Amino acid sequence: MRAYVAIFEARFRALLQYRAAALAGLATQVFWGLVRVMIFTAFYASSTGAQPMTLPEVITYVWLTQALLMMLPWRPDPDVEQLIRSGNVAYELVRPVDLHGLWLARAVAQRTAPVLLRCLPMVVLAYSVFGMAGPAGPLPALAFAVSLCATVALSAALTALLSVSTFFTLTGRGLHSLVIGVLNLMSGAIIPLPLLPEWIQPLVRVLPFRGLLDTPFRLYMGHLPPEAALQAVGHQLLWTVLLVLAGRWLLARALRRVVVQGG
Amino acid sequence: MLESLRVYGCYVAVALRGQLQYRGSVVMGALGNLMVTGVELFGLWALFDRFGQIQGWTLAEVALLYGMANVSLALAEIVGRGFRVFDQLVKSGDFDRLLLRPRGTAFQVAAQHFELARVGRLIQGLAVLVYALVAQGLLRPGAELVLVVGSIVGGACTFMGVFVLQATVAFFTIESLELFAIITYGGVETAQYPLSIYGDGLRRFFTWVVPLAFANFVPGVVVLGRPERFGPEWLAWASPLVGVGFFWVCLRVWRVGERYYRSTGS
Repeated sequence: MRAYVAIFEARFRALLQYRAAALAGLATQVFWGLVRVMIFTAFYASSTGAQPMTLPEVITYVWLTQALLMMLPWRPDPDVEQLIRSGNVAYELVRPVDLHGLWLARAVAQRTAPVLLRCLPMVVLAYSVFGMAGPAGPLPALAFAVSLCATVALSAALTALLSVSTFFTLTGRGLHSLVIGVLNLMSGAIIPLPLLPEWIQPLVRVLPFRGLLDTPFRLYMGHLPPEAALQAVGHQLLWTVLLVLAGRWLLARALRRVVVQGG
Repeated sequence: MLESLRVYGCYVAVALRGQLQYRGSVVMGALGNLMVTGVELFGLWALFDRFGQIQGWTLAEVALLYGMANVSLALAEIVGRGFRVFDQLVKSGDFDRLLLRPRGTAFQVAAQHFELARVGRLIQGLAVLVYALVAQGLLRPGAELVLVVGSIVGGACTFMGVFVLQATVAFFTIESLELFAIITYGGVETAQYPLSIYGDGLRRFFTWVVPLAFANFVPGVVVLGRPERFGPEWLAWASPLVGVGFFWVCLRVWRVGERYYRSTGS
């Protein structure tokens, strides 16, 4: 276990160095958030019908999305991708640790460090200036915190799975942009999931992606009551386990037929 | 001029032949691009499905703005790739070689890349545009169609201009600034909806600083016969020229930046 913690720490500290990138990212995400809030405000002003979410809830949802966007497993670990493509993954194989565990530890760092750099100033700004609401109460706040931890695990499991898939696709770009599409839609990054049409909701509920953004957000604002937290977090953790198992199985298959180019 | 076009054609032919060696990669890239932009379109559709309209604009009307903005950006992405990866030329010192050749540097930078993978956005944008034009009964020869096509070209010039500015910054900073993505990708995100729904600051920025308003909203209002008015009507009909003018200004700025170029010598 100590080895994995050390890997996580090293990667985490390395990622914290990218402060200029974080600043640029922060500005971009504030801009995006403002535009999206204006769009939703205009939509809500144009319709009097009852919606599954109120405008203030949607605004909070948008700012939470902007703050935690970097948690989404959009792409595999870039270093691992490079290792596989160059054949240097051979060095990884001789290390005295479990390969999938190693990549998982790296993925946890990749999904937390950039978020930490961005989310605090973002939340402060959104909360004080842009109309983001606080958590609905102490219990929702607690449920949010627990669910967010499960989100990190789920996101890391997906990242590691994507990294492993590089063994099969090599160029990566195509498959990964397909993943980005599904991920953006089904996690709530494009529009809050309750606003999607009714006929797609059963699919949304089954897939793991809602656990990446939607679940913690709705717990935060009490849109999902704290009593529902157990089931919601259970869904996240169940998928985490399934994705880790899938990643391990795929990796074992890949390693059975991998031929490392010399040179 | 004709000679330049011929040279540009040669560059593009080389780039295309190179990319088509990796046919699977290009197809997957285009499909992925189509998927990402398609999902965004689905989100827009879902909002209209739920809310019906946005400040009096129907889906078919917003589709015209959406199609125009996305086709403009796709064209600029395909042609202007060279400017977006320009910092690599500066970093490696390879820009020196461009200075020695008997063509303008901006021309060479543009000609060196031609990104086929972005046809995903182009296809999707064109599909939405055709849907909008058919729904509005505008898909027939006429002054309106000319204005729409002209404004798309003008919009592509505007996006190209921003790419050129982004590259120009690399003369000074070596790195290119990610912040420009706010203007290009943030711009297309903004322009997918009528500009009138936004706050004053944003609206003024995209009208007077980076004139994206003239890529779709200003001509769109006239073509659709919407009540929103923006200045005198002749200004709307001159929309394509605004984008071309902006591009020209950006190229002048490029010339100035070029004078400050110092080779990294590596």
